[in-house]
Amino acid sequence: MNITSPISAQVIEELTVGTSVLISGVIYTARDAAHQRLIQALDNGEELPFELEGQTIYYMGPSPAPPGKVIGAAGPTTSRRMDAYTPRLLAAGIKAMIGKGSRSDEVKKAIKQYKAVYLATTGGAGALLAKSVRQIEPVAYEDLGPEAVMRLTVENFPAVVANDSYGGDLAEQARAEYKRE
Amino acid sequence: MKEIEASAITQAVARLCQEANFNLGEDVLAALKKAQKTEQSPLGREFLSQIIENARIAREQKLPLCQDCGTAVVFLEIGQDAHITGGDLNKAIEDGVRRGYKQGYLRKGIVSQPFSERLNTRDNTPAVIHTEIVPGDRLKIAVLPKGGGAENKSRLGMLLPNDGKQGIIELVLKTVAEAGGDPCPPLVIGLGIGGTADKAMLMAKKSLLRKVGQPNPDPEVAELEKEVLTRVNALGVGPMGFGGSTTALAVHALVSPTHITSLPVAVNLQCHSARHKEVTL
Repeated sequence: MNITSPISAQVIEELTVGTSVLISGVIYTARDAAHQRLIQALDNGEELPFELEGQTIYYMGPSPAPPGKVIGAAGPTTSRRMDAYTPRLLAAGIKAMIGKGSRSDEVKKAIKQYKAVYLATTGGAGALLAKSVRQIEPVAYEDLGPEAVMRLTVENFPAVVANDSYGGDLAEQARAEYKRE
Repeated sequence: MKEIEASAITQAVARLCQEANFNLGEDVLAALKKAQKTEQSPLGREFLSQIIENARIAREQKLPLCQDCGTAVVFLEIGQDAHITGGDLNKAIEDGVRRGYKQGYLRKGIVSQPFSERLNTRDNTPAVIHTEIVPGDRLKIAVLPKGGGAENKSRLGMLLPNDGKQGIIELVLKTVAEAGGDPCPPLVIGLGIGGTADKAMLMAKKSLLRKVGQPNPDPEVAELEKEVLTRVNALGVGPMGFGGSTTALAVHALVSPTHITSLPVAVNLQCHSARHKEVTL
């Protein structure tokens, strides 16, 4: 299924676990260090470096772009490290997250509550995923180096719906299906 | 006595850091292609084909396989009759890591003081260096860039002697099931059994240098490796943790004698990007 980011509420309703998607549009990178700063800004009532409402966050810190390339390797990092911050960001308006691995029960609950979606992409496929990144612009926290917030323009970025707005959980369902003995 | 120039060591380490990050080993690729044929989950097969395609792109375009270019773990086997000249050995290795990560546009992922400051050292140093003195006059250098996602799921079990083989299997199953997709399966599972806590951990890491799926020469250990692999692949975790029959490509165990009261078991997980290269000077 081809989808555009930011992802509309209507499309989120159509996304159910196990659906493969190709994402085109704008996504923002943020890892744990950037999450911590975003939460601090929210706590202090400060202006955020970008409008969170409706946005997609990609848990990614790229390798440096070699000459002639838009970006270096650009695969996902472990989503679990962001779990402590995610319910707060969902409450503040983000609608989709891209990463690898499973989420905590609190995050799964918040995804359902705020009608959002968690998309998983292929960990360790940094060279392949870099092909889908067309443009990269720094947004905030540049002192964090690869962990800074960046706005990416992507085209046909592959992912799969891992947690949907109905409470569906792909890892749990699929593991039960393939467990033997 | 053979003389080895420190500058040659720096050059070798710089090259190995880049080769390891760009070129997935043929043994790993063969294991992934084999898994693609046997994997039961269609989504699992899709993940495997992306991983295989990723290796092709990385090799052709000299892009890192993964944006996490790892901690540079360096294993040295120094012949007792070798003489290193023209500089300090450890500095020569750090210089090699610094140069390799810069030249290769590899991500610098090491932070200083780990529990407070956490400032990026910006050149991926320091490396983690393990040195062994061996007979002969050569120097063998192996570089294993180790990603954080998989390393974070390491576990040490100080089992009771009577826990035996069953205890070892249960510890691995628990470790892999709880880790789920986080360490980027399909995995290579490194096991260090025996010795002391520190020795077990080092053996587990060192076992990852072996060619994927090459069994331990001791038939009893090889049998354990096989049994653990079968049990792990029955967990259903699958490629990237989203279900399937390929959770691990191989289990590598190293075993050592231990104390009468102990059964140390170290589990070190290696993601599918099982990167390591070596050279003998």
